[in-house]
Order: sequence, then structure tokens, then C-alpha cells
Amino acid sequence: MAERELKRRQTPKRDDEEIDEAPAPAVSETGEKIKAELDDLLDEIDDVLETNAEDFVKSYIQKGGE
Amino acid sequence: MVGAVAIPKICGIETEYGIVLRGVSESNPIAASSMLINAYVLELESQPVDPTTKVGWDFEDESPGNDARGDVPVGSLAPEVETHLVNAVLTNGARYYVDHAHPELSTPECADARTVVAYDRAAEVILERSMRAARRILPDDQEIVVYKNNSDGKGNSYGCHENYLMDRAVPFGRVVAHATPHFITRQLYTGAGKVGTEAPGLSAEDVPYQLTQRADFFEEEVGLETTLKRPIINTRDEPHADAQKYRRLHVIVGDANMAEAATFLKVGTTALVLAMIEDDFLPREFILAKPVLAMREVSYDLTISKPLELAAGGTVTALDIQWELFNRAKKYADEYGLSCVGELVGQNLLDRWEHVLATLESDPMGLAGQLDWVAKYRLLEAYRDRNDLGWGDTRLRAMDLQYHDLRRERSLSGRLGLERLIGDDEVERAVEEPPDDTRAYFRGKCLQRWSEDIVAANWDSLVFDVGTDPLRRVPMMEPTRGTKAHVGDLLEECATSAELLERLGS
Repeated sequence: MAERELKRRQTPKRDDEEIDEAPAPAVSETGEKIKAELDDLLDEIDDVLETNAEDFVKSYIQKGGE
Repeated sequence: MVGAVAIPKICGIETEYGIVLRGVSESNPIAASSMLINAYVLELESQPVDPTTKVGWDFEDESPGNDARGDVPVGSLAPEVETHLVNAVLTNGARYYVDHAHPELSTPECADARTVVAYDRAAEVILERSMRAARRILPDDQEIVVYKNNSDGKGNSYGCHENYLMDRAVPFGRVVAHATPHFITRQLYTGAGKVGTEAPGLSAEDVPYQLTQRADFFEEEVGLETTLKRPIINTRDEPHADAQKYRRLHVIVGDANMAEAATFLKVGTTALVLAMIEDDFLPREFILAKPVLAMREVSYDLTISKPLELAAGGTVTALDIQWELFNRAKKYADEYGLSCVGELVGQNLLDRWEHVLATLESDPMGLAGQLDWVAKYRLLEAYRDRNDLGWGDTRLRAMDLQYHDLRRERSLSGRLGLERLIGDDEVERAVEEPPDDTRAYFRGKCLQRWSEDIVAANWDSLVFDVGTDPLRRVPMMEPTRGTKAHVGDLLEECATSAELLERLGS
């Protein structure tokens, strides 16, 4: 068996995050850049999004399967 | 280059879709699923050009309780025999049915991962047309809506299962040893992304966003269940083929993907890893200390770097394991060739696999055109930023669901510029036509031509009623036979199904 030591990229364990924090330190693009790229799309989808998110999420129940 | 010993990795996907009947106070999912499928089938039947069938499914050879481990441990109960209320066999060789409380579509048997992507897209088109057909039947204020995801966000999950043909002679223990680390670590690219968590004891504060829809739902390492105590390795042993020669590995850990590249990688890498398992080409075993925990650790780790504990001591990252599998696959391609997964498709797969692993290391957000979890994450981040929302905001959960909406005009994933591997023409063709290169060709072509003479069908047989004789069952126990190359001419030459049966000597 070709065992080898695995040492690379051993980053420290991530602490539990606050809910409002962006959870991805691995993200290399800044929020600004993403925002610029997705701005048009966001304008567009505002018209498409479910109007009552609360009801929509609450009523989406799927029981039974597989 | 010597020929690989591994048998062709015939594969397919069966997807359960989420379903909602809108405009009523209480939506009955079983009735809605039945109506959806019936609406589609009825609409097809009114078109004489495309005589898709009312052919019933034949359960004679199905045995979902068989366990691949042979000796079933005491206390491991076989699941209930599934009850299917509506069943249609389509001319593309697929099966479209109600499974419990969901519409489900199983693709036909495909010879390679690229073909699976085409039929998975065709399935989306079929579901979309079904929704439209149902709308014509339903009152104006009601609508059936279908979602291609795997969770309702309230602890209920439904599956997107893969199936791979394997050589029966391969020891099942070897499959478990090597497929487990692949299933845990392929989540890096197979994940469809999810806001929050449904794992017991954890809240959205612990896990604001994760890579996969499914990781929260696995509780065992190996087992027969699919709905309770879900195992990473499912042992259902129901080959739908010659059971002496074959097993069908039933894979239940995957997410349903909107991104074609993700589906391609999911099926392609898995087929290749299974081929290497068959040829005993993986010298290095990654036995993780806690596989069930590792499923979640990988899914929750947006840094893609968290070390996973090995049983023998030491740690390894998900990317380390994927790189090792990739490097072995490259070597395998050099030494054995890639005929068992398709030479050209296999080469494309290796290129994409390498690119995706390298980009996951250097710039994961650069994969927004290929991977669902990245595309969804980027969209949600932008929306959060614009509206100054925390991860707990319900609007993000709504967008998470809507990412998977199969209505084109409502779909969020459809607006994100995800890379297409399969053109519209090819998808359209896959809605009607079976693949050329598996037994699905025989099934699909017979249904196109003689659906009125076929009284029942299942994966490994067709039953004909040609009039005065007793019913005739045509066995199809070899998934690699019944291809266009095998039976294309024969089917052309036969004017009637009776003639076909005579020529087949059955």
C-alpha cells in the first residue's frame, strides 16, 4: 500500500459561525465584485421571486418518498 | 495498453421530484403526482405520431428487499415493497411513475455519463410538459408545481438515486471500502447547496449554508434502507439483469442537480471509481474514522479544507481524497483505457474533474457556471448583500427552493448562465428516442412501434400480447444487448410484433 503522509492544507477547525456572517473564507471574490456581476440578474429576479416568501417556505412540505 | 477487465458501467438516474398543488388549502401529493403523470400520458396519446403507452409495469422480477451483503444482519428489515399508483413506460426507455408521494422518473439505461445528462435534462422537459398538461385540466386557480431538489427544509428528504452495473464477482467489502470515501468527498462538486441544516441538534446558526441537500439525512455506513436510517452505501441487491453475473450498485447519497456539469461529474467520476474498484486499481484505502459524521463535515465546510479523521490515525481532506482518486483514474486511463465508461466521454470527464478540483482549491467561486452549490451560494450572497439580509432570512430559503423550480419562467437556476453540455436538439431527441447503445433501445423502439401489443414492461423484459397465443415474455437480462447495433436491422425488418417474436424465437 502506497501510504504517504498527508500534511498539506491542514487549516484549523472552523468555529461555529454567527448566523449573519458570510460563512465562506474560501471565497476569493469580494462581495462587491459578485454584486456587480449579479446586479442585472437581481433586478430581473425581483420580478420572479415568490411574493410571499414566508407562506411559500412554510407551505412547502414533502412527506413520504424513496 | 491492455484492455480493462471492468464491465461497461451502464448507468442511470432516478429522481423523485418535490410537488405542490397550489390554490388548495390541503395539497394531496399522491393525487397531485398521479394527476401530473396521467395528464402527460393522456396528452401524448392524443398525438398519433407519438404513441407513448399505457403499458403497465411488470413487478414480477422486482425484489427490493434483497441485500447485497448476502447475510442480512438480524434487525435489518427489508423495506416495504414499493407501491406505484401510476406507471408509464416512455418511448425513450424511461419509466415515469408515482413513488409514494412524489412523481419519479427513472432514465433509461445509459452507456456513459454524458448520455445520463441528456436523459436527466429530458426528464426535466417531461416534468415541465406534465405541469403544463395538468394546468389544462385543473381549474384556473390551481396549479401543480414541481421542484427538482431533495428536501423540504423541514426534515423531509426525497432522493435522486444513481444506478451502476457492476460485476457480481467483485467482493462487496471492496466496494464499501472504496466507494464510501468517494461518496463523502464527491460532495465537493455534487452538492446542490442548501440554506440551513435539518440535522437533529443543529440550527441555521450552526450551519447557515451547506454544500449539499442530502448530507443531513445519513445515519448509517451500510444498509438496506432508503427512507429511515439512510446508509452511505445502500445494499439493495436487485440487479434487474442476470443476477449471476451482475449487481446494480444503488447509490442514494447524491443530490439532484440543476447544473449539467455537476450531474456529469457525479455520474462520470462514480462510474470510473467503480471501474477501478472492479479492476482492483485503488491500492490506497481511505478508511475514515467516522464516515457518517464526515458526510456532514464535508457538506458544512465552505472552506473546503477541513481535515477528516482517518481510522488508522492522521487526517486527510476531502480534496486530498479526490486528488488521489483522480490521479489513479488518470493512470487507469493510461494503462487500461476508458472503454468501460466511453473513451471520449472518459477523457472529457478526466479533464473536467481535474479542472474542478484545481479550481476548488484556488477559486471555488470560479465554478459558479458548473456547480450548483457555488451558483446558488453566489446568488444568495449577492441578494443578501443588496438587501442587507442575515442568513436566517426567510427570503433566502424561498430562493433556495425556487432555484429548483422546474417552471422555466420561475426557475432561478435557469437564469444563472449554468454551462450546458447538451444542446436543446439533443435534449428534445432524448424526450422521445431511447439511447442507441443499451437494451433501452429495444424497449423504446418496441414501444414506439407496437405499444398496443405490449401489455407489460419492466427493466429486464417486455410482455407481448399478439392475439391468440399466450402472453409472450421477451427477457432482456443483458443490459448491453438489445442495442441498435444488435437489433436495429431486425426491428426494421419486422412489420408486426408477431413477426418480431417469431424472429426472436421466443
